Amino acid sequence: MSDLAPTPGQTVGPFFGYALPFTGGEDLVPISHPRAIRLHGTVYDGAGEPVPDAIIELWQADEDGRVPQVEGSRARDGWTFTGFGRTPVDDTGHYSFTTLVPGAGSVGAAPFFAVTVFARGLLHRLLTRAYLPLDDEAAAADALLGSLPEERRDTLVVRPDEHGFVFDIRLQGEGETVFLEHGTS
Amino acid sequence: MTHSAPPPGPDSASTSQADVDAEMAAITAAYDASATVASDPETQPRLNYPPYRSSLLRHPTKDLHHADPEGIELRAPVFGHRDVGRLESDLTIQDGGEPIGERMVVTGRVLDGDGRPVRHQLVEVWQANSAGRYIHKRDQHPAPIDPHFTGVGRTLTDDEGRYTFTTIKPGPYPWKNHLNAWRPAHIHFSLFGTDFTQRLVTQMYFPGDPLFALDPIYQSIVDPAARARLVATYDHSVTQHEWATGYSWDIVLTGSHRTPFEDVEEEIA
Ligand SMILES: [Fe+2]
Repeated sequence: MSDLAPTPGQTVGPFFGYALPFTGGEDLVPISHPRAIRLHGTVYDGAGEPVPDAIIELWQADEDGRVPQVEGSRARDGWTFTGFGRTPVDDTGHYSFTTLVPGAGSVGAAPFFAVTVFARGLLHRLLTRAYLPLDDEAAAADALLGSLPEERRDTLVVRPDEHGFVFDIRLQGEGETVFLEHGTS
Repeated sequence: MTHSAPPPGPDSASTSQADVDAEMAAITAAYDASATVASDPETQPRLNYPPYRSSLLRHPTKDLHHADPEGIELRAPVFGHRDVGRLESDLTIQDGGEPIGERMVVTGRVLDGDGRPVRHQLVEVWQANSAGRYIHKRDQHPAPIDPHFTGVGRTLTDDEGRYTFTTIKPGPYPWKNHLNAWRPAHIHFSLFGTDFTQRLVTQMYFPGDPLFALDPIYQSIVDPAARARLVATYDHSVTQHEWATGYSWDIVLTGSHRTPFEDVEEEIA
């Protein structure tokens, strides 16, 4: 357990646009990669309006379920899969990553994308998971999904579309995304 | 030619500072009277903090759901000198000339909740210039842009988890939360730990700022000891002779879920 009190978070504010985004941040693989997929969605506020000043981070395993531990996310070489992506939403609250489908790995746990949300008006970052589509049995067997009522569980599962998956993020209200804490304050 | 303050625009909120102060005082009083204030003080900002108007529609209404971290969440992205240029930690040498303002060094260590240094990890900063203006198209504050200051820096922590930036002390700036709202001077920090769950974006402030009591973003951390953790210390041992003033600020991330055994394993591998 932790001994030191953590430094508190603060909102990312409105002016991160020239500091945090980087070239190619949204392309974990080039769009020309034979197995490239799109993971995209829209961030909504409690009135159902898109949030135009959010920034999203993606962190995921490779196709074999291995956790990448290689540098180069900010300076991609086009060949190395680093597992990390970052992109601001556009004026319609929409974000889009080009990436690979994360594998289950040897443990066989239900694969998910780890997703972090930052926005003006959001006082501390929110952590969540975007699971690949899975059947009820697999969902019930997953420690997190199995602990959620069905209607909330669905907020954590991506929806297939033409080029990959959709993962909308609802900060508040109907269909509010399940956001996570991990027990270390 | 004389300059004067522009009249409040159509998007300027009309609530007074006194009204916002009263809202903040009521939240503080309720917190101080709560049963858990001594035994289990709050450590993070309230996500729902109505005096910060933009939080109203952007905070989850349901409690954060507990999840034991798994797989990818137990590791963090890796960054190296391919990702971060060695000169990017000096914000005063970026644009072909010297920026205006008080040159300062800010340094500190990034630690996990057990006091272990977070080594070789990315630290990103961004800030307003000495006049309180960001180089951002959405910043409408009529203060001068400094052509020699972008206000963006990056570095990697060293073997002891230490980061060091050379920069210019940022100015306070107005914002539209309420009438005559001003942010205390601050530097935005973005940090990674050894686990992705430790991800942190925050703001570093300067000691004794008279705007602290008036600022809903700072006050959204309702516990006074917790919010004091965002305030750097003036440190004369960091100040450099005839060159720059110095500030120290250590950053503690939440606890790592990795056991010492896993770290040993990694070092052997
Ligand atoms: Fe700011």
